[in-house]
Order: sequence, then structure tokens, then C-alpha cells
Amino acid sequence: MLRFLLNRIGLLIPTFVGVSIVSFAFIRLLPGDPILLLAGERGVSPERYAELEERFGFDRPLIVQYLDYLWGILHGDLGTSIVTKRPVLGEFLTLFPATLELSICAIGLAVLVGIPAGIFAAVRRGSLIDQSIMGTALVGYSMPIFWWGLLLIVLFSGVLQWTPVSGRISLLYYFPSVTGFMLIDSALSGEPGAFRSAVSHLILPTIVLATIPLAVIARQTRSAMLEVLSEDYVRTARAKGLPPWRVIGLHALRNALILVVTVIGLQVGVALAGAILTETIFSWPGVGKWMVDSVFKRDYPVVQGGLLLIAGIVMIVNLLVDLLYGLINPRIRHR
Amino acid sequence: MLLATSILAFGLATGAQAKTLVYCLEGSPEGFDPALYTAGTTFDASSKPVYNRLVEFERGTTNVIPGLAESWETSDDGLTYTFKLRPGVKFHTTDYFTPTRDLNADDVIFSFDRQRVESDPYFSYVDGASWEYFDGMSMPDLIDSIEKVDDLTVAFHLKRPEAPFLANLAMDFASIMSKEYADQLAANGQMTDLNQKPLGTGPFQFVAYQPDAVIRYKAFDDYWGGRQAIDDLVFAITVDNAVRLQKLLAGECHIMPYPNPADVQALKDNPDINVMEQQGLNVGYLAYNAQMPPFDNPKVRKALNMTINKQAILDAVFQGAGQAAKNPIPPTMWSYNEDIVDDDYDLEAAKAMLEAEGVSDLKMKIWAMPVQRPYNPNARRMAEIMQADLAKIGVEAEIVSYEWGEYLEKAKDVKRDGAVLLGWTGDNGDPDNFLAVLLGCDGVGGSNRAQWCNEEFEKLIQDAKVTSNHAERENLYRQAQVVFKREAPWATIAHSVVFMPMRNGVKGYIMDPLGGHWFDGVDIEE
Repeated sequence: MLRFLLNRIGLLIPTFVGVSIVSFAFIRLLPGDPILLLAGERGVSPERYAELEERFGFDRPLIVQYLDYLWGILHGDLGTSIVTKRPVLGEFLTLFPATLELSICAIGLAVLVGIPAGIFAAVRRGSLIDQSIMGTALVGYSMPIFWWGLLLIVLFSGVLQWTPVSGRISLLYYFPSVTGFMLIDSALSGEPGAFRSAVSHLILPTIVLATIPLAVIARQTRSAMLEVLSEDYVRTARAKGLPPWRVIGLHALRNALILVVTVIGLQVGVALAGAILTETIFSWPGVGKWMVDSVFKRDYPVVQGGLLLIAGIVMIVNLLVDLLYGLINPRIRHR
Repeated sequence: MLLATSILAFGLATGAQAKTLVYCLEGSPEGFDPALYTAGTTFDASSKPVYNRLVEFERGTTNVIPGLAESWETSDDGLTYTFKLRPGVKFHTTDYFTPTRDLNADDVIFSFDRQRVESDPYFSYVDGASWEYFDGMSMPDLIDSIEKVDDLTVAFHLKRPEAPFLANLAMDFASIMSKEYADQLAANGQMTDLNQKPLGTGPFQFVAYQPDAVIRYKAFDDYWGGRQAIDDLVFAITVDNAVRLQKLLAGECHIMPYPNPADVQALKDNPDINVMEQQGLNVGYLAYNAQMPPFDNPKVRKALNMTINKQAILDAVFQGAGQAAKNPIPPTMWSYNEDIVDDDYDLEAAKAMLEAEGVSDLKMKIWAMPVQRPYNPNARRMAEIMQADLAKIGVEAEIVSYEWGEYLEKAKDVKRDGAVLLGWTGDNGDPDNFLAVLLGCDGVGGSNRAQWCNEEFEKLIQDAKVTSNHAERENLYRQAQVVFKREAPWATIAHSVVFMPMRNGVKGYIMDPLGGHWFDGVDIEE
């Protein structure tokens, strides 16, 4: 198991270097000069341009800029935003808890609903219920997130007025941030109604962000279950006269989960990517919205630093999934 | 009796409740030191609620009125401006700073020196600090020195006379900060807090900022202009305009800026919403390259201007949120010449004019901006409308576009091929900020995208720049507009109309022609 672990961690290093190169190169490959964009219609004189170029370090060869960036990463310094003039890491750490909270809720919802739905569809294969669940999953998978979010806002917040339109908590509540997680902070604040307000603000964004992962998990669970349910050992279990819940819940599900866990791990990446749109619609102050703004402004340090950090998190989640995979399936860790 | 007691109790309870005004801000501020930035969103969140300037724009106009300076004098040679500061002006007392003295000349000098004196510790107090507006308005070349005459008197010595200087001092970058606060931050090694925890003399004091989510202010009890009627001011950051609209309708915010033009009619029909509107201080134009034949011929440019169907553009591109432009400055700006007659949309006459100038089989490029701007919400669509009309008189127009930064840069080239769609939003309400920046000879190869340098026009705007007599300046700018119209370096297309929807209970809001959003003097009646 230790060898397996070291092996997986060892693989992270070249991946991380690769990500650092891609994140550095990506934003520079896009046409657009941050200094010119900063100046806008007002423009900038050639002398001033040269001065700013030097100040931001853009006048140096790309390889030198990259090595400098890499050196900074090793020292925990991701640079300073060209636009806000604040350190990238500090901005990320302020905003990331909001994204993490939303992503955890969304993945939680996707798992809690997606797995039972997939099992149900597999057990009732071909029935009307199966077709309805899979049809809904397909719709969910193909749903344009932006449109879906607005639709929910107009219906639930506008017409029915059941949920707030956007934000993380009602503006009536104001308390210092302790953990950055609004659910925890609101509960700790002791202000009556704050926790309830935080929960009500989470409902719509969670549903929107969970939509695609939920559809994928439901479909994947269904197909994994179908595969397992046709295995000999399941037939044997049934023949032994075990009750159906034991056959499905214990024998079949545990094996089907091996595949599903991998899919859930991958969905964390999907959720973080999906957060970009969801956060924009719901004015959710997370890293997604921050990254989008930075790409438009060609804020090199923020885009490259933000990409690196998000990629790093996805890599760590995948590592954890690999380890979990090893725990569930002993054949893998002994390979 | 019971009923009367209940009503009284309810009245007291609501009376004692803090009045909170919620504004759905369209984006996040980049920081809170307005001199470091150029975005209106940043100014709305920093300079406008928190700070004051020596002089201010009179709300709803571009006239300059006293601010922290209660009066000023200009020397006869126009080289010295002496400001008398208002006595007894307090700085905010917050949980991060308690001032020990009132505003004085040191604060004024500090506020400008940090932007101009490289040895000032605050000159580069944040990484990559650049004083964009201070530099952009040529203040380093203009200010020779700033002198403290006494505690409440400051003199600005200029290197040359420049009439728009006073209007520049009403701009956001000229906000007055507390030197005492800055010194304390420097002593504690917390200089960057000047950009994160602002402290000024303005109507509202900063309370907290949760990045990308909410900014909180409260009314400043000792504000020199009087305490505000609202107690708390909250900016809820809401980027998407459809979501802002829903928040306004749901009562989650009282005021929202920049609605989608398509939603404006429905908002006007809503009995709970009041929609204010005003012409924006901007102009959208098509700039020919006046140095490249045949566009160096004013008659050719004039003929092409006659092919532009402004009404079709207003309907299709501005969706009603615009007004046809005949002058290079907007109608809300002083010296706007309303006597100018716009070119008719007359394809036959245009064709005849081109033929008379010996121009046939003309091919040209129209540059369409890749981004949405207030003065041009859809440049591609605008270019297509122009292209179709030009085709009717036998002019073949090709539409080209580049990435925004590249577009702006390439458009500066004096050898540029094609006419460029672009525009401008005013900074300080002074006609010089449009006419000299966009059409002056100094701007050729730079911000003068028409590459047009006309001796008569140049003399008028240069004379106006150094004259401090307002009526005389006005007259010169009116004449300059006549020359502009005759020479036609641009086709002036439109000025946008800005809408500001708010809940009915909001009282006293005044729209700013310069595009800022101010909440002093605003009240809510629920």
C-alpha cells in the first residue's frame, strides 16, 4: 500500500510541472496585452508602456518569466494581480472557501440523489421509471447551466419567492468570517435566522451546480449496477435465497461502487469548472467568477496562479480517489 | 386604546430601525485607493462614498463647485491656483483609526505627492502601483509644485496655464486622504491597508468588504455636509444584469445600474419601480483616416457620412437606449452647439458628391470593435448596417476586427487602412477632454484615431485651453464644433442613454452625467 501511495504521489510531480507550464502558456497564447487592456480607449504612450512592461516584468524573455514564476511557486508566492495589486494567493484563499462549500454541497447532492436513482433505474431496467430517470439525466446532462440557473431564479425567486435571488446570506446579517464556510460561520454567529438564511441561499446554486454531476453519476451507477447484476456471484447470492436488499445493497453495490467512485472523483473537477458559470449567475463570491474576470482582463498572474491552484486541488482529489479505489479494490493496491 | 398603543409601538420600532439602502453594484472594486485605478465601479465604491475632493462636480451637472476647498483664486497668469480649505472637516473614526486632528493642507499635499513624487513612500506602496489617471490627465507635466501657504491654504503652481485643471481636481484620482492615517499605517508596516481600508472625509465611512460579495458603509455622523438620512449603505455585488433585475424586483436591492435595454420597458411598466434616465457623457463615432486618400478629402468624408442611417442604428444597435449624435461632444456637456445641423441620410446626394469628387469603385474597410461599450453596444451589427448602405451607393466595405487591445493599438497607426468604430466617455466634464484628446494635433498617432490635424480647429481648442474666462471658452468650443462638422473627420453616430431603475421608496437620487453613482442625499421611504 505504501508503494502504491508513493507511486501515485511521485506521479503528481511531473503533472504539477506540466500544469505550471500549461497555465503559464495558456494565458499568454491568447491574443491581448494586459497593459493595453488596462489603458482602454485612453491609450498609453510608448514610454509609459515600456515603464509598465518593466514594472510587471513582461519585458524579460518568456523562459526567464517562467522560471521566476516557478521559483515563486516554490516559495509560496504566486505573484500579484495586475488589476487589483493584491497577492494572488491571498485573493484565492479568501475566495476559495465559497467555491469549496458550494462544490461540496453540489457533489453531496449529486451523490445522494444520483446513486439511489441509478440503482433504482438498474433494478427496474426497461421500466417506465428507468426510462424517466435516464431521460431526466440526459436532459440534466445537456442543460446549458447559465440558462438553467436563470430559469430557476425566475421561477423560485421571482415568481414563487421561495428562495433568495443570489448571494451567500441575507445582507441583514453581518458577522466576521471565521472559517470562510457560510454554513459554519452563520451557525457560529449565534444570530437567529442566519443559518437558515445561509441554507436558503445555497439551495438554487447547489441544484444548478449538481445537475451535470448528478446526471453523470446516475447514468454511471445504472450501467455499473447492470453489469454487476448479471455476474455469476449475484445470481448465486440470489439462488441462496438472500433477500433482494442484501443482494443489491451488499453484493452488487459494493462492486459497482468501484467504478462510481472514480466517476465521482472526476466530477469534482467538473464541479469546480461548473462553478465558474454557477458563481457568475448567483453572484457567489468564489474563485470561478474571479478567474473569469481575470481572463477577460488578461491578468496573467491571477490566471496562471488560479489555474495552478485549481488544478492542484483536482490532482489531490484524484489522488484521494485513487487511494480510496485501492481500499475498495484490493487487486489494485497489490498490482 | 389597544390599537393606538400598537400603532405607536410599531411606529417606534420601525423608527428606531436602521435605514439601509442596498445598491446592486455591477462588479467588484479593484481596490479602495481611487488614484490607482480607472474603472467606474471602483470609483463608485471608493472615492464617491468615502472621500471628498477640493472641488466637486455639482450633482447632476458637470459644473465645478466648492468641495473641501470653500473657495479658490486663480492668478492672472493662470499659473497658480490657491485653495482655501474648509475649516473643521473631520476624518472618519473607525475601528482601525482614530484621527487626532481635522483636515489641513498636509493632507492635500500628501494626496497629490504620493502620485507625483517618486521618493514619497506611498509612490509605490502596492506592487505594480501606477497612477493611471494622474498620469493620463498629464498632471506630472502640468504641476510644478504644491505649496502649503498655511494650515488651511494650499497653492498649486503650474508649468503652463490650463483651464481644465480645476475640473481635473474634481475627478476621483484627486480624492483627499488623511496623511495622519497614512503615516500610522507606514509606522505599523501596513501601508497596503490604504488600498483596503479606506478612510476619508466623505458622507459614508467604510465598514467592511467581503470580496466579490458585499461592501458595507455607514453614515458618517460628523460629515461636514451633514449626516445622511440613511444609516447603512450596502453594495451587493451582482455581476449579471438579469440577476440584478430579479434582485430589484424581489426587493433585495433598492437601486441597480445598467439594466439590459430590452428589460427597460417592462421596468417602466412596473408600478413598484421608478426608472430614471439620462444621456450618457459619451459619443460613439466612425473615424476615417484623414491622412489616407481619398479620405483626406473632407467632401468624400462628408458624402460617406450621408450614407449612415442613424435611426436604423439606434433601433437595431441601441434598442432605444441611444440618441443620434451630431457633434463630437454630448448634449449634456457645456458648450454643446445645438445650432449645428446634422448631415441628412441621403444616399442619392452622397453618390452624387462622390462622383463630383471623382471617386468611383471605392473600397474601404470598417473596423468593428470586438467588445461592448456604453457608446456602442454592438459594433459588428453597426458596421453591417453601414456596409449595407454603402453598398447601395457602390462603395464596397469590408468589416474587420481584432482583439480589443490590438484593435486600440492598431487604430492609432497613421497609415491605418480603414475607418474605425470607437467612442469615448468623458472624464471630467470639460470639452477639452473630448475635443483636444480625440481631435487635437497632439493626438495624431495616438488617441486622435482620425489622424486629423486642422489648423483652424487646433487654434480654437488651444486658445480655449489657456483661457480662464468661461464664456470665452464656451464660445471657442462652439466654433470648434462648426469646423468639425464642416471638415467631418468622423461620422458622429450616437450618445447612449443610461437607465437607472430603483424601487419607488428611493428618494433624492440624482443621476450623474459623468456616469458615477452617488448616494449622499438619498433617502428611503418604505
